[in-house]
Amino acid sequence: MARTISYREALNEALAQEMERDESVIVLGEDNAGGAGSPGEDDAWGGVLGVTKGLYHRFPGRVLDTPISESAFVGAAIGAATRGLRPVAELMFIDFMGVCFDQIFNQAAKFRYMFGGKAETPVVIRTMYGAGLRAAAQHSQALYPIFTHIPGLKVVVPSSPYEAKGLMIQSIRDSDPVIFCEHKAMYDTTGDVPEDSYTIPFGEANVVRDGDDVTVVAIGRMVSVAEEAARELSTSGIEVEIIDPRTTSPLDEETILESVENTGRLVVVDEATPRCNLATDISALVAKEAFGSLRAPIEMVTAPHTPVPFSDALEDLYIPDAQRVANAVKSVAGWTR
Amino acid sequence: MTDTLSTAVSHELDENALLEAYRTMRTIRAFEERLHDEFATGEIPGFVHLYAGEEASATGVCAHLDGRDSIASTHRGHGHCIAKGVDVKAMMAEIYGKKTGSCHGKGGSMHIADLSKGMLGANGIVGGGPPLICGTALAAKQRGTGGVGVAFFGDGASNQGTTLESLNLASVWNLPAIFVAENNGYAEATSSSWSVAADNIADRAAGFGMPGVIVDGFDFFAVHEAAGEAVQRAREGGGPTLIEVKFTRYFGHFEGDQQTYRAKEVAEARAKLDCLKRFRARVTETGQVDAARLDAIDTQVADLIDAAVEEAKAAPKPTAADLETDVYVSY
Repeated sequence: MARTISYREALNEALAQEMERDESVIVLGEDNAGGAGSPGEDDAWGGVLGVTKGLYHRFPGRVLDTPISESAFVGAAIGAATRGLRPVAELMFIDFMGVCFDQIFNQAAKFRYMFGGKAETPVVIRTMYGAGLRAAAQHSQALYPIFTHIPGLKVVVPSSPYEAKGLMIQSIRDSDPVIFCEHKAMYDTTGDVPEDSYTIPFGEANVVRDGDDVTVVAIGRMVSVAEEAARELSTSGIEVEIIDPRTTSPLDEETILESVENTGRLVVVDEATPRCNLATDISALVAKEAFGSLRAPIEMVTAPHTPVPFSDALEDLYIPDAQRVANAVKSVAGWTR
Repeated sequence: MTDTLSTAVSHELDENALLEAYRTMRTIRAFEERLHDEFATGEIPGFVHLYAGEEASATGVCAHLDGRDSIASTHRGHGHCIAKGVDVKAMMAEIYGKKTGSCHGKGGSMHIADLSKGMLGANGIVGGGPPLICGTALAAKQRGTGGVGVAFFGDGASNQGTTLESLNLASVWNLPAIFVAENNGYAEATSSSWSVAADNIADRAAGFGMPGVIVDGFDFFAVHEAAGEAVQRAREGGGPTLIEVKFTRYFGHFEGDQQTYRAKEVAEARAKLDCLKRFRARVTETGQVDAARLDAIDTQVADLIDAAVEEAKAAPKPTAADLETDVYVSY
């Protein structure tokens, strides 16, 4: 039965159900319980934004707090994954990948290939991405394209509570390293989520909204921005088809191409900075594979090529919004040679 | 070998130096307490991590530094900025996200910097500073400026590879660097008594071939003396030092942290352990400074903070034209 819960609760429920089902699943990260060695409450935080709250008492010995040592504990999660555990490590902010990237891209990502297919590394690295909380340049980036670039990693960017739960359960059961990117401004977003356990397969895009005029591919939180734009555009007679890839690696190329073959027009909305991001990747795919179907140049709505600014006045301009998406859609819809 | 300095004397400080030290500590305290209040009104955006209670560390160390020297700071960086001479009004404006801020509103609380003052920035990355300070110390050494680099970092960062690598590199290169581990008892919600697998952070110095010193962080004079020795050794080519400053974080990890993990301990710490109260008691009891002069500083500082907040609130925000500037020197 579905009820309305938050993105945070959906993730928590997914972790709890998988920990219940499979005792090899462990959770680790900085303050994932919180209060280690302190005189007050145990499980004081449940992660810095509360996603793992309550798991510490429910699953004794399976929620591990860590020192602030990302290379060591992310690497430990990866090592443990090769030896029978299914760790879910929390790399608090995606920006902190800089501290521990070697363990992810030179170690975890490459084991299977460079060991001739003999390794399995079923690790999930949960991490918060995205702008909007005035968290400034080192706590706000949308770095999922960097992980998407690395062969051997799977990259998940859930756009709603429903997606968050099903994709998290899938991620834990998947036997490859998964980078699970949670938008930090979405934790309180609510939506209908089945109470029972379920999975959403990787590489299967969700057609969020049907439309024949323009295809909009949107990533993560940008899906809701695209939906807002689509509602406005519908009133002026433009029907947008919104595609949420749900995983950027693997990428459901087929669903995107089929849609563009129908609409002939593409806008990609990506919160990442504009060079070598998902917008350029998907645009290149469509330009190569569906060139004959295109009836207008592709538009990309992205952040500017800058670090994330602190001031609200600048950050609000930085993040792609519904107006920019609507303008891009109108531009491709109205384009004539 | 780790030494403990708890009853330090400080012979070289004249009245002016004492007044300046007090002014710096009082400015930091007033700045942070005001931010604590203003944050609660909801007007301050983003994450704010306050340095209140730790003033003796930044002040005692930076009292030995001059224009040749550079520091790197942490996410809890306001105190280091003030102690290194960053303009208080520009700092406040930065925290409010205004164009008149130290970084024109682009950085915010976690990234306040002023390179002209040798302040390389507060830092959003735990352990981000120590490697940079190896670099500033290397530059000072290569260029023969006589300058030193000081990396302030917390007990949390003491467990980062970047910090441990930097300690080693500084010794290997015999750099004029000082590593100041500010152990305020907590990395976020985790006690340093749990996360640091040694009795003291300073004990790790032995493994990196440098002196390690522990000081009482509520005692300005203890910090001042230990830092003085370390800075002098660095300037004279004697290499790096690790100083562990022990104290207690007054406020939560960030503003809004309910601190259910610490409970009563906080109030006790604030009542009994206060570097400003101890400083005032000591310098007035010894007759080095007249209490009225300290009172006058309190008033001046309160006026400065009032003005800083007022001006910050009234200042303009950056505009669309500012969004894409400053990314490169040239492109």
